[in-house]
Amino acid sequence: MMALATSSAFAGGYRVSLQGQKQLAMGHTGVAVVNSAEVLFFNPAGAVYLEDRFSASVGANALFARTKFQSLENNLRNSTENTGTPFSAYIAYKATDWLSVGLAVYSPYGSAVEWDQDWEGAHLVNNIDLKAIYIQPIVSVKVSDEFSVGGGPIFVTGGVDFNRNVGRSVTDEQGNKTDVTIEAKNVTAWGWSAGFMVNPTDKVRLGVNYRSEITMEARDGDATFNQVPAYLADAPTSAQDIQLGNTTFNADLPLPAEITAGLSVQLTDKWLVAFDYNRAFWNVYDALVVDFKPTATSQVPQSYNPRNYKDASTYRFGAQYKHNDKFSFRAGIYYDESPVQNGYFAPETPRNDSTGYTGGLTYMITPNLGVDASFLYLHFSEVNASYDHYIEDGNTNVSFGGTYKNVVFSPGIGLSYKF
Amino acid sequence: MKNKFIYLAVLSAVFAGCQPEFDNEVSNASYSAGEADFSSYVAIGNSLTAGYIDGTVYREGQKNSFPNILSQQFALVGGGAFTQPSYEDDVNNTGGMILGPGITTSTRLVINTSTGGPEPISGGPSSLVSNIVPGPYNNMGVPGAKSYHFIAPGYGSLQVLGTTGKANPYFVRQASSPSATVLGDAVAKNPTFFTNWVGDMDVLAFATSGGVGVDQTGNFDPSSYGDNDITDPTVFASIYSNITNALTANGAKGVCATIPNVTSIPYFTTVPYNPLTASVIGQGNEQVGQATIAALNQQLYGPLKQILTAIGQGSRINLLSATDANPLLIKDEGLADVGAQISAVAAASGNPQLVALAPYLGAVYGQARQATSADLVLLTTRTAIGTTATGGIDPLNKFGITYPLQDQHLLVPSEITLINNATTAFNTTIKAIATSKGLAVADMNAVLNQLVTGLQTADGQIYKAGYFSSATANTVVFSLDGVHPNARGYAIVANEFIKVINSHYKAHLPFVIPGAYPGATVLTSN
Repeated sequence: MMALATSSAFAGGYRVSLQGQKQLAMGHTGVAVVNSAEVLFFNPAGAVYLEDRFSASVGANALFARTKFQSLENNLRNSTENTGTPFSAYIAYKATDWLSVGLAVYSPYGSAVEWDQDWEGAHLVNNIDLKAIYIQPIVSVKVSDEFSVGGGPIFVTGGVDFNRNVGRSVTDEQGNKTDVTIEAKNVTAWGWSAGFMVNPTDKVRLGVNYRSEITMEARDGDATFNQVPAYLADAPTSAQDIQLGNTTFNADLPLPAEITAGLSVQLTDKWLVAFDYNRAFWNVYDALVVDFKPTATSQVPQSYNPRNYKDASTYRFGAQYKHNDKFSFRAGIYYDESPVQNGYFAPETPRNDSTGYTGGLTYMITPNLGVDASFLYLHFSEVNASYDHYIEDGNTNVSFGGTYKNVVFSPGIGLSYKF
Repeated sequence: MKNKFIYLAVLSAVFAGCQPEFDNEVSNASYSAGEADFSSYVAIGNSLTAGYIDGTVYREGQKNSFPNILSQQFALVGGGAFTQPSYEDDVNNTGGMILGPGITTSTRLVINTSTGGPEPISGGPSSLVSNIVPGPYNNMGVPGAKSYHFIAPGYGSLQVLGTTGKANPYFVRQASSPSATVLGDAVAKNPTFFTNWVGDMDVLAFATSGGVGVDQTGNFDPSSYGDNDITDPTVFASIYSNITNALTANGAKGVCATIPNVTSIPYFTTVPYNPLTASVIGQGNEQVGQATIAALNQQLYGPLKQILTAIGQGSRINLLSATDANPLLIKDEGLADVGAQISAVAAASGNPQLVALAPYLGAVYGQARQATSADLVLLTTRTAIGTTATGGIDPLNKFGITYPLQDQHLLVPSEITLINNATTAFNTTIKAIATSKGLAVADMNAVLNQLVTGLQTADGQIYKAGYFSSATANTVVFSLDGVHPNARGYAIVANEFIKVINSHYKAHLPFVIPGAYPGATVLTSN
């Protein structure tokens, strides 16, 4: 189950919003929806309003993310195609009428991009695979029929594997471009989420959920330099001299805090609509800073990569139509703002603003067991963008850019069980 | 129920085939040749056209000649095959050439970090001058060729090279026949498009020699010129016109490039006129240097200043400073020779040491002065400073410190004036002839002058005309010979040609990214 891979699907930097088949089909709304155990992710406060004593939902998506890059100025044509299988599992247990407990496992952050090795943007990234899995026990408390709270600590485990060339023209003696891989595995961290839900009438729910910022502190990860010319591999002669010897590195990667507020309305027995507003506090991602540990055989200057992300919002709308006891149908749409600012569009997360279209259905095989299916299509406009802050020989404003176009789509399937 | 899941499966399959598409996909069809026809592109010129890097032409370096870079862009819009002289025999990629038994030209320069400086890569050349692979080639860049060489029969003759030496080893290897001319071979390729970067060597050879040649202005017979002379501007104009006429005879279009000013070339700007700090004189030991400076002032600079002052030339020499950087001691052949007077004053000084040295002082310091910022010290002089002058009397025999650097070590203002006058004249000619033929002009002189203050490329990087240093390893654009660009520099050159072609011939060619091209070869041992 931990073998899952994620892939960057969304405008939100390396945020991947695929945390439940039912809610994804409704535009990934859910902070004010009590539909299934998926509520453990969207708003733990809602779990206590689940009708059944035991609810479970598991699911996975096949995520296809394709990016094309071109530059008319320089006749560059590149593309990357990545697939991933983000996954989620939720179990909620109603211990008493006023208390539910649960366990949620999900992967809200990830990014996998693999360009051709030594492509024209290789000094920024050849390939990256970033993943973070959240494991969260949850308590949900009903204060009254109108108000509940919920939350729990989050344990995060993740890793990163990132390769890029050390310069635009640095090669070994045979002309092979010199590159570096930094790899950190089993990086762990703690965070929390908490929310509340208000039910002013039996048709309307309001919800707010907050997920804390979590900083993944990679410590003593492996930094491996490949195809290093001898003059960059020999012993340094001064404090400024560089020796690209394998060593370890430290780096911090923020997984930003996110607040969601929304409401759902049970229009009729069959129709439910929901609106969510997300705000992700991406401005914490100021720069990717990699510090290499000096050793007897390595002296590598800090790698400083400005990111300068901004806070970003997502606006979501979803609807559910319960056809009968066997079938429910869902659809949704959302608009997702990119946290990447002008001049900071790096090909490691080449996403701009996008519009998501979702749909799906549930078929109840038995009254207790249902199959959930969903589909997501993310539409990106093509964008002329560049990363203007590469550092070379003291110049901090070297640019790489062109036109990017993304296509992302993801079919998903899951099972829900309750009794 | 099954049907509904099938719909989803079908939907998934539809999207699975969905690829990102641009509104305007970049393809070869995105580019155009405009009014130009690149089906037969010929580049004529000297070392700058041949892809000469790090003091030679070598197999891998030649691939980054600017014409070869250009030809790859031309290939997008109907450009034909582009051939360059064969360097298959440069098996170790060292460059250099074997001219005869025990006679070789230098292999390519590399930085050897164990010794610090640039030096020829070890191993020696493997290319034989007699290994002739006859052309004509599309790249008709012949290193060292001056304007009049392009129309000289026998310039590619091995026999002529062996007898009178009035042939060119590079052209020998590539000439279509021993009697061929460079221009004839170029025309034989039936060019539909050409670049013409002829003229550099007509003045640069004088400059790189430190001005040991003469300015031949007024002498219309190039066969009487020496290797290091400046070509007469009228002769240059006449030949440049002939070359242009021959290349355009069949309606070919092309670009003529101007020649760079010496002040934009690191060969002339890297070594400062005043490198002599106490630390340098003391060979790293500042205290030793200060003691040496005191001694030099007492034994040489002081008495010399007194003698020169007595004869009204006291401004030529000042005492050395123990704290500031001191200028080099040089010989300026533009100065009046006061050697006889120096000897006379010294002989009459009553100081037994000066009396004894009187003839030497007159002979050595008659045209001596300290260098100023108006002088240009050659890159190769860096290793000459402080070395022993043959025939000098110890300790008055240290080049640049106690013994004047000579004509071949630097350019003095009178020489720089000759160079500038010739450069200006040649560039005026180049522009005028190109314009009269409706050809485009690539003002490489202007481009290289931009490098003096900083030339910004489209990616925002700023390139300067400096010599290699470890701090500029990714941005240096001149090769280790200090005269010729490196691959990165040739990419900048190619971009300038592309810019001019796009604008003059209404073509649309993509630019290359200079930052991705290699710089100096750095080795830890050699």
